[in-house]
Parts: sequence; structure tokens; C-alpha cells
Amino acid sequence: MAITDQDVARIAHLARIALSPEDAEQTRQELNGILGLIEQLQAVDTRGVEPLAHPLSAHQDISLRLRDDKAAPGDESQRSALMANAPATAEGLFLVPTVIE
Amino acid sequence: MSTMPLHTEFDSIEALGAALRQGKVSAVELADSALDAVQARSDLNAFLHVDAELTRAQAQTADALLSQGRGGSLTGIPIAHKDVFVTRGWRTTAASKMLADYTSPFDATVVSLLEQAGAVSLGKLNCDEFAMGSGNENSAFGPARNPWDADAVPGGSSGGSAAAVAAGLVMAATGTDTGGSVRQPAALCGVSGIKPTYGTVSRFGMVAFGSSLDQAGPLARHARDLLELLDPISAFDERDATSLPDCDGAANKPGRVRADFDAARSAQQGGKPLQGLRIGVPAEFFNEGLSPEVAQAVEAALQTYESLGARRVEVSLPRTKLSIPAYYVIAPAEASSNLSRYDGVRYGHRSASYGDLADMTSRSRAEGFGPEVLRRILVGTYVLCHGYYDAYYLQAQRIRRLIAQDFQQAFANHCDVIMGPVTPTVAKRIGENRDDPTADWLADVYTLGVSLAGLPAMSIPCGFSGSAKPLPIGLQLIGNYFREGQLLAIADRFQQATDWHQRKPEQQ
Repeated sequence: MAITDQDVARIAHLARIALSPEDAEQTRQELNGILGLIEQLQAVDTRGVEPLAHPLSAHQDISLRLRDDKAAPGDESQRSALMANAPATAEGLFLVPTVIE
Repeated sequence: MSTMPLHTEFDSIEALGAALRQGKVSAVELADSALDAVQARSDLNAFLHVDAELTRAQAQTADALLSQGRGGSLTGIPIAHKDVFVTRGWRTTAASKMLADYTSPFDATVVSLLEQAGAVSLGKLNCDEFAMGSGNENSAFGPARNPWDADAVPGGSSGGSAAAVAAGLVMAATGTDTGGSVRQPAALCGVSGIKPTYGTVSRFGMVAFGSSLDQAGPLARHARDLLELLDPISAFDERDATSLPDCDGAANKPGRVRADFDAARSAQQGGKPLQGLRIGVPAEFFNEGLSPEVAQAVEAALQTYESLGARRVEVSLPRTKLSIPAYYVIAPAEASSNLSRYDGVRYGHRSASYGDLADMTSRSRAEGFGPEVLRRILVGTYVLCHGYYDAYYLQAQRIRRLIAQDFQQAFANHCDVIMGPVTPTVAKRIGENRDDPTADWLADVYTLGVSLAGLPAMSIPCGFSGSAKPLPIGLQLIGNYFREGQLLAIADRFQQATDWHQRKPEQQ
């Protein structure tokens, strides 16, 4: 099943990637090529096979840990160090275009 | 023409460490000569960020410890980090325009463990953008070059790491391996590299690509030096949710890999030290795509192993070819999820012109990511879409289980270690395959299965091509879960009997 222009537009929107019309056409062609490669998976009989998410669970029981739901201690200098990489900040806040008028 | 750095006069980290502890050479001298060499070999484009002051400060700390007799196994040893490990001080770009100006407020666990062990960092190494690629050509800062032939790729994604070690700029380097990114560049640059079992080395502070696959691993000249780096970084870390507290009953902490290495080593005695070792050779690794010169070099290496007492047994990994589509569903799916964090708000590139918030994010991402990263994000988004999730993503994960079972079948019934080629050919030319984005993907066929199964594997040099400028060939060694130490001991045995790992490229 080939990927259409509409599919590309939908995927690009979901991935939040702005594509020019030329980029979109090239993407469509590339994705169709890649789809041809991964299509082989469909031919494999996997009835009764559980999906393997964590590779080591093929070897042993794996239970992913959850950390305690509490704030990590931090201070003002850590806060400013963390925010130093932001494109735009003011008064300890990240600046973005107006969302609510 | 530059002189080689001081550390290249020493055959191993152990020998250099002894000289440092005896005061025959200082960490600052080593750092200065390595910094000079890095600058003299800027043609390789192996380094993305060097800061002499930071390096010298680490070297001075090392010398202070050494003068007090408190030097450890890595104190004063010059290394460098792949630019996907975050570092305080040095920028961390993941070779992407997206992170061109990013400086981390903290160090990756691997970086701090190596610093604690005394290693001195020369800086940050080039790689494929977000570790996506097999030739280092996807770096936003230009390709790194292969020290054996400047027109050839060094492999990828840890291409700068392999090139720096091969050129003698550092004793060892860190790398990461998601689908072969330590083993493949090691093979193409004629150095040694190991990807340990998934979950043994912390991924905290490693820029994420495919979280169920990503694993850190070192590159160095030979197995003994790999052991010196791998042992201190193999440790449980509560800040990485996939970090394993124990490895088949042994605590995941420094000393575990070394103990396994020592045990395997002491069992190797006499003229046939590998007597009893069963080497599984998968028929599927010697298919029509394998170039004759790689096949010959691997065959010769297997014969060397037989002369050391090992026995060759045929094994089958029938789903080897399926590892390509399975990997290129799972890795892009995880990449699309992981890279959603780059929104132009908290860090990373922000477009200069935009309308609303959604437009700002979409433009920033389109501008900040290079073509291969965009391609994988879009593929990943597609296979995770409602309606395709089961057909692609879950199906790939089911096949992933079958691939892992194939390896277990081989280890349970036939062999102790699996060997074969790392790559179908030697390093390609820079610019080759540029019109076909998936051509490089197919060449990952021998490394992807290991990554999907989470097994440890390594690459060691085993020969050269017959071309005018000979290019290195790698032998892949695949072990069962947690047998990094055994793998290193088996590789070390080969390197005691051969000198491929001692060959050095002529300076061009």
C-alpha cells in the first residue's frame, strides 16, 4: 500500500516537521522505498509470539523501576544552569509565542 | 607533518599507567602532546570540540593524585568522548545543528565514572547526527575521515571515536552502539570496540536515539585496553530505568567484567589455550553480499582460532536478513518518540521566523534536523500511527523475539561464542550511496541482530583489503548475555597471536 500525499502531510503534522511541497514529494518517494523494505515483515508467521520490548526480557524477568514521585532538590543556580540553553527566557520562564489571547 | 603524541610510545593503557605511576611521564605532558596532535590532524575532522584549558585542568588533577601515590588504572590516560555523551564544559551537539550551542549542566554517568577513574578527556568526537548513520557522513559538522584513506568513511555512527583511536590521537574513546555504531567503525578503522550487554552500562546523559537498543561501549587498540575502560563503566545506575542491578547473579559494578576476563584467561593454558572453545559460525553471515576479501580475512581469523585449540561449529541464525526491516521499524519508532523533546522551547534550535507555537516547533525541527534524522523521525511516526502500529511496530517486536531466540538456540545447543564478519565490505568512499538513503542500511545486516537481542559483541582487526591504500577488516565476536569478560579474553588471545591491531596508518 503506497504512501500518498495526504499520508505524508498527516505524518509530518504528527511529527511537527514543516515540509515544503518539494520536500513533501521527496519524502513521499523515500517513504515508499522504505516501506518496500519493511514490508517483508508482513510475510513472517508470528502467531503466538509475544512482542519483545526490553531485549533482556528474552533472558530474564525484567521489571522496570519507577522512581519515587517526589521533586529532586534543586536551587536557583541549578535552575539558571538548566535554563541557560533555552532560546528565550524571562523571569525564570520559557518564552513561547502567545497561546491564549 | 607532526610527531605522534607521547602516549603512542606505549603499547597499552596498563603500560602507560605504570609509567605515569612511576613518574616517568606526567599527565600534563601527555595531554599537551595529544592536544597538539589533535590540532595537527584537524584534517580528520575527528573532534567537534576541544578545550585545552579543561583538558589541562583534568591532567593537573591527575598529576596531583599521582604524586600522592593515589593514581588508579586510568589516572592520566588520554581519552575522548563521542559527542552524544553530555559533558559539563565541553559542548554537546550530537553532531546536530539542533544542539549546535548546547552545553549540558551535568555529566553523563559514563563521563563521570571515567573522570573519577582519572582519565583525561581531550574533548568531544564527531559522529553521525544523533548517532543515526554508518559513515559519519550525517554529521552537521562535516564527515570525519578514515585515517587509512582520507577519501574513505571511518564508519559510523561512532566514526570520530574510531578515527581518533586509529590515528593515535587518544588511547581510547567512548562510543555508542544502537545497531552497530561501535563495532562497524571499529572494523572500518582497524581498531577494537565492544558493545556490552544492554543494560550493563548506564545511558544516563547519553543523547537518546533508540532506547531499547542504545548501549555505550569503548573503542581502543586492543581487547586489554577495552577492558580497562569497560570495567569501570559497567555499573548499575538508578538514574537509568533500564540499568540492571545484577547480571546473572553477579552485582553490576566495577570488577564484574574484569573477574569474568580473569576467569576466562586463567582457564586458557598451554599451547592450545582455547582447547574446548566452540565457535559458532552462522552460515547466514557468509551470504552473497559478503565481499571476497572480507570473507578471506574472516576465514583466516577463524583458522587462527582453530590453531589456538578452538573448534568451529556451524550454527544457523535464520532470521539474519529480517533483522534489517525489524531494526528499521523499531529504531525509527523509538527515535521519533525520543526526538519529540526538541521543540525549540527548552533547548535546541529555534527558527528565526514563525507564527504560532505549533509553527515555531515545526519550523525549528525542520531546520534543526538533518535529512537522515528527519527521514527516521517520519518513518518512526508512520509505523507508530493508529492503524499501522500492530502491523509494523508490534510485528517487528515479535520478530525481534524470534531473532533473540535464534541466538539462544545457538548458545544453548552448539557454541560458546559466535564469530563472523562485521561488515560486508571495507569502508566505502565518502559520498558513495548518497542518492540511495537505504543502501547503507542493508550493510548493517551482520550487526543489527545482536542489537535487537541485546547481546554483547565486539569487533577486532583481522586483515586488510588489497587496494592501493589498504583498508582494515574486522572480525565480529558475539557472546551470550553478560559475557563481556569472556569475549575480551577470547579477543585478547587472538591479539597475542596476531599483530593486526598493532598496524598503524601512515600519516597522509
